[in-house]
Amino acid sequence: MPEPKKITTPLTDQVVESLNAGDNVLITGELYSARDAAHKRMVEMLDRGEKLPFDLKGQLIYYVGPSPARPGKVIGSAGPTTSGRMNKYAPRILQAGSKGMIGKGEMGAAVSEALKKYKGVYFAAVGGAAALIAKSIIANDLVAWEELGAEAIRKFKVKDFPAIVVQDCHGGNLYVEGVKKYQRA
Amino acid sequence: MREISVKDIISTVKNLCIDANYNLGEDVEKALKEGYQKEESPTSKETLNQIIENVQIAKQGEFPLCQDTGFAVVFVDMGDQVFVKDGNLFDAINEGVRQGYKEGYLRKSILGDPIERKNTGDNTPAVIHMNVVKGDKLKITVAPKGGGSENMSEVKMMKPSDGVEGVKEFVIDMVRRSGSNPCPPIIVGVGIGGTFEKCAEMAKRALLREVGERNPNPFYAKLEEELLEKVNKLGIGPQGFGGRVTALDVHIETFPCHIASFPAAVNIQCHAARHKEAVI
Repeated sequence: MPEPKKITTPLTDQVVESLNAGDNVLITGELYSARDAAHKRMVEMLDRGEKLPFDLKGQLIYYVGPSPARPGKVIGSAGPTTSGRMNKYAPRILQAGSKGMIGKGEMGAAVSEALKKYKGVYFAAVGGAAALIAKSIIANDLVAWEELGAEAIRKFKVKDFPAIVVQDCHGGNLYVEGVKKYQRA
Repeated sequence: MREISVKDIISTVKNLCIDANYNLGEDVEKALKEGYQKEESPTSKETLNQIIENVQIAKQGEFPLCQDTGFAVVFVDMGDQVFVKDGNLFDAINEGVRQGYKEGYLRKSILGDPIERKNTGDNTPAVIHMNVVKGDKLKITVAPKGGGSENMSEVKMMKPSDGVEGVKEFVIDMVRRSGSNPCPPIIVGVGIGGTFEKCAEMAKRALLREVGERNPNPFYAKLEEELLEKVNKLGIGPQGFGGRVTALDVHIETFPCHIASFPAAVNIQCHAARHKEAVI
């Protein structure tokens, strides 16, 4: 396994272009959490021409609904949720300036097209490695929609958050290429 | 009759909810480590490494294995000589879930209504499967089930003429279509026979069996081994990144069935295969 690439958010086009499906990365900077309910609200706001509760430019959205933090802890367990549920919303979020997302599971062709068009990247974090991932989250602040509970938008400060590039801006897709490489008749 | 107080049931269920979410079974941990040895893809090896490290961190009791601490699925084997006193059994189980998810800092993932989608706030109600057995003991198993893998599950009312080949095709196709979504390496629960709902319940119950333990019927034991081999040839690998270790095991449960019917069900379990039991 080659040494992971270290990248910092917000991401530039140049960094996005340097990433290829299969790359191991460690992300430092900020991530914004959002899943189904928050995405629905964000897209509705964008469609109405309203300003979002945070600046999307160059940022990564993390598809996560953490478990509650114990007293004295920044966060509870915080692994990725299934990204496919956000397929409908992701292209619109990329169009609005986000540079990509972190989740788990394949996101499909329409998202790959949007990643190419808006220069974005889709990372997977290891689903179910939620306690391990929590250790890389060093700050956690509410941004919007507290009433959504585990689905509220939060800003995480992360240091060396472990992820893998799964769908890149060049059309590369680890889910397709990886499986092809190892399948046996 | 032996009397068991609801107080004991509440505290047992509470402890099982917490134990299951922090301490992965030794059988699953062992299978993950064996998978690490077998895996050929470097990316998937690193993935398994992270999963195994995660198991160790969770054991320290501060962070649950997964943020999705699941729907509390509770299996009860109630002895016919048991009398539950001071309250109602199902209320006691739900109270145990309520307390366990609060005290264990576990995520509350249950919505009161599937369309309205408002969280109940305490992870109740549990889904309870009840069995009456001989004796004066109460056996309770808590199996928290995450949404990602549960979504990759199906019941199929096949035709009797589809035969065992039909079952094989259905299971393999289900795993293939699930791909990266259910957080592989997975455990595949298969129900064959019974009615529509019985079949689904068997697929779920199959997930409680220890990894590596075969169906006592040699025919189905062999079928489990064959399906495991075939599933691991799909190349999906840990997290769907491509690799050898797609499933840790395949478990089949069966039941007699109607002359016109041939139901089969697949219930997929992620690698955080959580279940703990206690006998009162």
